[in-house]
Amino acid sequence: MSNVNNLSSSRILNWFKFSSPSTFYPLAGKMIPWFWALTFIFGAAGLWVSFFVAPVDAVQGQGYRIIFVHVPASWMSMFIYLVMAAWAGLGLVFNTRLSAMMAQALAPIGAWMASLSLWTGAFWGKPMWGAWWVWDARLTSELILLFLYLGFIALQASIDNARRADKAGAILALVGVVNVPIIYFSVKWWNTLHQGASVSLTKAPAMAQTMLWGMLLMALCFWMYSIAVGLMRVRAIILEREAHTDWVKQLNEVKR
Amino acid sequence: MNAFIAIVHRDLLLVMRRKSEVLTALFFFVIVTSLFPLGIGADTALLRKIAPGVIWVAALLSTLLGLQRMFAADYADGTLEQLVLSPNSFTALVFGKIVAHWLVCGLPLVVLAPVIGIQFDLDAQSLKVLMAALLLGTPVLSLLGSIGAALTLGVRGASVLMSLLILPLYVPVLIFGAGAVYASSVGLDVTGHFSLLGALFILALAFMPWVSANAVKIAIE
Repeated sequence: MSNVNNLSSSRILNWFKFSSPSTFYPLAGKMIPWFWALTFIFGAAGLWVSFFVAPVDAVQGQGYRIIFVHVPASWMSMFIYLVMAAWAGLGLVFNTRLSAMMAQALAPIGAWMASLSLWTGAFWGKPMWGAWWVWDARLTSELILLFLYLGFIALQASIDNARRADKAGAILALVGVVNVPIIYFSVKWWNTLHQGASVSLTKAPAMAQTMLWGMLLMALCFWMYSIAVGLMRVRAIILEREAHTDWVKQLNEVKR
Repeated sequence: MNAFIAIVHRDLLLVMRRKSEVLTALFFFVIVTSLFPLGIGADTALLRKIAPGVIWVAALLSTLLGLQRMFAADYADGTLEQLVLSPNSFTALVFGKIVAHWLVCGLPLVVLAPVIGIQFDLDAQSLKVLMAALLLGTPVLSLLGSIGAALTLGVRGASVLMSLLILPLYVPVLIFGAGAVYASSVGLDVTGHFSLLGALFILALAFMPWVSANAVKIAIE
């Protein structure tokens, strides 16, 4: 009987083991190089496809190629917000320290993705629309997303008590989630200058196969990059917040 | 319910004892809106066009001026802790404070709006729409703003931080509120704008008092 129990307990992975900063820190350290490697593999493949394989667009010429940075950055900016809000919500409900640290680590990456999306959009908009910026629904809501990220970062930075900063940030993040579906559906709800979504789960993509591949590879590259940088950031935050603990003092990189 | 009325009464009484703070916010609204015709020039067609946006933005900013007061004084002297400890539902008490804030900072804007609108040469129909839009929109501003006021309690540079947190959340109200007035002034249908404003109002009314109550508890704990 005990044998069976042993077997089942060894089979089931104990996920909660890594919810503590002291166990997650070394795990994250081991994962970071892998995610960097994947970032470079997907990035190299994606850039090769997008610059040398993908055909020239019939309407927009070579200028369309910024799509390979613009679309993944926009996707990531929205997705990271959802993940950040989910971590923040988990931290609020279960009072786990690591979830709040994850939310804090993800915010600057999301802000960076949102500003990247806005800038690449401006570089794309100038030749195609003849304007760096228009007050179109999607652009405006993406700008608000950037402001939400900045608000989250500023709120966390200005509260000294880490526990209160986490909770206050979590509430703000959860309230701001309302904006994400608005951005995502803005091209459908309002008929404005920004073109509609090029990729959809329900219908065939409205672009050449190789263009789609280039974009998906670049999206994977951005995805891996965000995970790698997120883990690096969360490690730094763990060190900062757990500096008083023994296990941090025992770490090789701290002792040196 | 009694506690809710008591809180509204108490906050209004406190405001009446120190009228200057409220009047400052109202004068801010009047002065900012009066500066635009001076800065832009007295072209009536242009003024009529920018009026909805200018009046709404000024309303947003003057609401922001009053928000700081919603919890800050009670937080400083410990009243807020007593309110949390009281047997009454804290959400109801926070809702009372939000209502008091709207009565002091939102309602006067609705009453003042026609006078401001005349400065911008708005016609009677647009003035009515402006008042109705403000009547529906300013409570949303108070409700959303209460979160910012609660989250920044006792924080360094609270007022600047609050504008960073709250103004992005105010954007939908601004768009639909100003949109309604603009649509009316060019003779378009306004029901869509009012439906969306109403939806925002109901959504904010349903969740914001509860969210702010929890945000205040975080600040106090």
